[in-house]
Amino acid sequence: MPNTTSSNNWQLSKLTAAILLSSAVVAGALSTSAQAQSERIDLLNVSYDPTREFYREYNAIFAEHWQEEHDQSVNVRQSHGGSGSQGRAVIDGLDADVVTLALAYDVDALHQRGNLIPEDWQSRLPNNSSPYTSTIVLLVRDGNPKNIQDWDDLIRDDVEVITPNPKTSGGARWNYLALWGYGLEKFDGDEEQTYEFVRQVYDNVPVLDPAARGATNTFVQRRLGDVFIAWENEAFLSVEQLGQGEYEIIVPSLSILAEPPVTVVDTNVDRKGTREVAEAYLDFLYTDEAQHLAAKHYYRPSNPDILAEYSDNFPDLTLFTIDDVLGGWQHAQETHFNDGGIFDRILEDINAQ
Amino acid sequence: MTTPSTVIDTNDTIAKRWRRATEEPAWIRITLITIALTFLTLFLVLPLTVVLYGAFERGIGVWYAAVSDPDALSAIRLTLLIVAIVVPLNTLFGVAAAWSIAKFEFRGKSILISLIDMPFAISPVVVGLIFVILFGSQGWLGPWLSAHDMRIIFAVPGIIIVIAFGTLPFIARELIPLMQQQGKEEEEASLTLGANGWKTFWYVTLPNIKWGLIYGIILCNARAMGEFGAVAVVSGRIRGETNTMPLHIEVLYNEYMFTAAFAVSSLLTGLALVTIAIKSAVEWNEERRQRIAAA
Amino acid sequence: MPVTLAKRRVIPGFGLTMGFTLLYMGLVFLIPVGAFLLYTTTMSWETFWNAISQRQVVASYKLSFGGSLIAATINLVFGGLVAWVLVRYKFPGKRMVDALVDLPFALPTAVAGIALVTLYASTGWVGQYLDIFGIRIAYTQLGVVIALTYIGLPFVVRTVQPVLEDLEAELEEASASLGADRLTTIRRVIFPALFPALLTGYALAFARALGEYGSVVFISGNLPFRTEITPLLIVAKAEQYDYHGAAAIGTVMLVAAFLMLLIINGLQWWASRRHG
Repeated sequence: MPNTTSSNNWQLSKLTAAILLSSAVVAGALSTSAQAQSERIDLLNVSYDPTREFYREYNAIFAEHWQEEHDQSVNVRQSHGGSGSQGRAVIDGLDADVVTLALAYDVDALHQRGNLIPEDWQSRLPNNSSPYTSTIVLLVRDGNPKNIQDWDDLIRDDVEVITPNPKTSGGARWNYLALWGYGLEKFDGDEEQTYEFVRQVYDNVPVLDPAARGATNTFVQRRLGDVFIAWENEAFLSVEQLGQGEYEIIVPSLSILAEPPVTVVDTNVDRKGTREVAEAYLDFLYTDEAQHLAAKHYYRPSNPDILAEYSDNFPDLTLFTIDDVLGGWQHAQETHFNDGGIFDRILEDINAQ
Repeated sequence: MTTPSTVIDTNDTIAKRWRRATEEPAWIRITLITIALTFLTLFLVLPLTVVLYGAFERGIGVWYAAVSDPDALSAIRLTLLIVAIVVPLNTLFGVAAAWSIAKFEFRGKSILISLIDMPFAISPVVVGLIFVILFGSQGWLGPWLSAHDMRIIFAVPGIIIVIAFGTLPFIARELIPLMQQQGKEEEEASLTLGANGWKTFWYVTLPNIKWGLIYGIILCNARAMGEFGAVAVVSGRIRGETNTMPLHIEVLYNEYMFTAAFAVSSLLTGLALVTIAIKSAVEWNEERRQRIAAA
Repeated sequence: MPVTLAKRRVIPGFGLTMGFTLLYMGLVFLIPVGAFLLYTTTMSWETFWNAISQRQVVASYKLSFGGSLIAATINLVFGGLVAWVLVRYKFPGKRMVDALVDLPFALPTAVAGIALVTLYASTGWVGQYLDIFGIRIAYTQLGVVIALTYIGLPFVVRTVQPVLEDLEAELEEASASLGADRLTTIRRVIFPALFPALLTGYALAFARALGEYGSVVFISGNLPFRTEITPLLIVAKAEQYDYHGAAAIGTVMLVAAFLMLLIINGLQWWASRRHG
């Protein structure tokens, strides 16, 4: 090969150039992040899926408020996903300053499995540490073609029900428990009949998405199913933003009071020295301004006066709590959702048919 | 091969008989081509069209807004940073592994080759799980890492490791058969003539393997940018920080921003197409080189 | 072997390259995989067995292995056909078609999943027509097979293609001149030569499909017992803080991957012996 020498010199210089270029890219990227850190306080809020829109707006308002009071800029970073998987990530070391998850069980796990927060975390903030609440409603297609009025209609043979998998989705656990609570009420506390009722509903479920957002996409985007069991706020979001006039919300006669709790992750804020701002971030959720914002994003404000202002938006329905009907989260989780629990039995029964 | 072809050229009836025996009739050929193209249309062309259609459905302005959104930009930056680290490392590894395997005899070589293939067959989800169990706070090294204030998972290093794991075989797999096929005579000649090892590598080996190397790098790059399952487990999904492009696409999809999701997808799709184009060019170039060499 | 020893001295760099190879492989994946297997041994055999033999888990193996098997078989038939058409026939746009075969390698799996569900859902471009005939692809086991077929598509094509290109025309001509008709030639001459490559491609497509996650979760209904693949179950276990369960099932997948590789390597060894 006579001409290799020249072509290889060229190649050598090209390779060197490529290596230099890539190290420049690396150095550039690293330096920008280092620079950014020194200028402001960073908070990480690890949350569940449906809160994206709310916290995006809230973070901006809080940052403004903090800047005014402390003359210091706060940058709140967000992480969203299924409530259970987000909780797991924090336990495994995701550096959250605050968590704002879908249900207390996932926050309890931070204490039980990671010892990141004290056992009494839920009494540190008002309203069981839930600055906003929600409930579970039914979303149907425009004109309610299957004439769905209440939970009872979900067991009809001609109805397909969309709900995510309660094993992985926090919202789906509220859905399941709302059904269960309704069954207990209807059958006067008879567990066997309630079991049969809930089993019949899940027999009508064609898709079990791992997370609530995926289920919304299945119902809205893929047009699968006749009724979608949803967070009230997700149902509103679908009606208002995803398809004007394409969906209707059906308010059942009875539902569960869903309390998505918030807490500071003590171990992390103490190590990072961000406790003050993290606590202020959560306290600020209870101010009138934030409560109004929550209502704007279809969460029920915990402040009853502000809730009353939005009574047109939030239909009045009978709500039961998980503590009243199901003996609290730990009990509900153990009997219903753990391996070998009632939900597993439902799946096995459906499969055995 | 020369004898039959001259026969075909000269004698028409024999040529027909030959064609019947070594080729299929036209109708079979057309049917087979149609089946193959229908299959490829259903599985390759249509998904590609869906992505591009979805991305540009609402016009180039919306597309541009989606890909220049700060979160999208930071996802792009992170993805570029990751490939800038992973691809050179895997390139070094691929060259080193191919050199030691192709130029030397040693015991356990076939086991080593099998081991290099391993990451191909391991589920991305299991890859993610392995590193969570190793580096997570509840994992074996977790407490030590947090005592020294070091973060591996839910930070960039963790993403880099899982991607390096998943894309490790690509370059080595391209180079090993190539270098084995080429043998070691040229290198030995160069060394006997007094060139040292580095010079021999630069001037003798590299020119021989450069197209395979380039193709391997391109493929490794594309896979590294697109890795999803393993990254989803170890990323922590911090907006603007540990979201890579595929994760950002999932985020957008979950925020009902379908056009934006497809727009960012179209960037990766575009990259895939460029990858494929370069690969064809590489092959075409190689074919031409061989033809010239043969002539 | 004195000859090899002598040669080893001529070419330098064995220590350096082998050292780096082992160091890098060790750090990136041998040590982590080893640690993972060690972690699995910290649980009792009973815990391990219970985790991997739950009925829901077994149902997911059936879907993952069965779906991968079907998908790999589809790829064997159509991939072999595509390779044949690309090597043997001329048609317009052939080079472009040839290049496109690599798309599933290069396109991120999540994007592929979203694109496939957009196509094959009953509201999709293709799904709406299938829906008329009562065929549902998205959210059924069929959807899982479609996704697995998609990601395994390049393997058979790319392993068969070079063998087919190298296949000497003389063999076919000899067979023809000996009076064999075309079908016999294909059956007795071409197919046996392609067989090892077909099998290797099949095994690779199968191995890749077995572990696939990103594209499947979008198009599958993810219903336990019906459309839940094993990798999804591993994620679900981990998200319920059941690391032992997740690791146990992960180990099963790892062992399956090991076995597949052994088979692939056995096939390649067998093929090279037949040719050599």
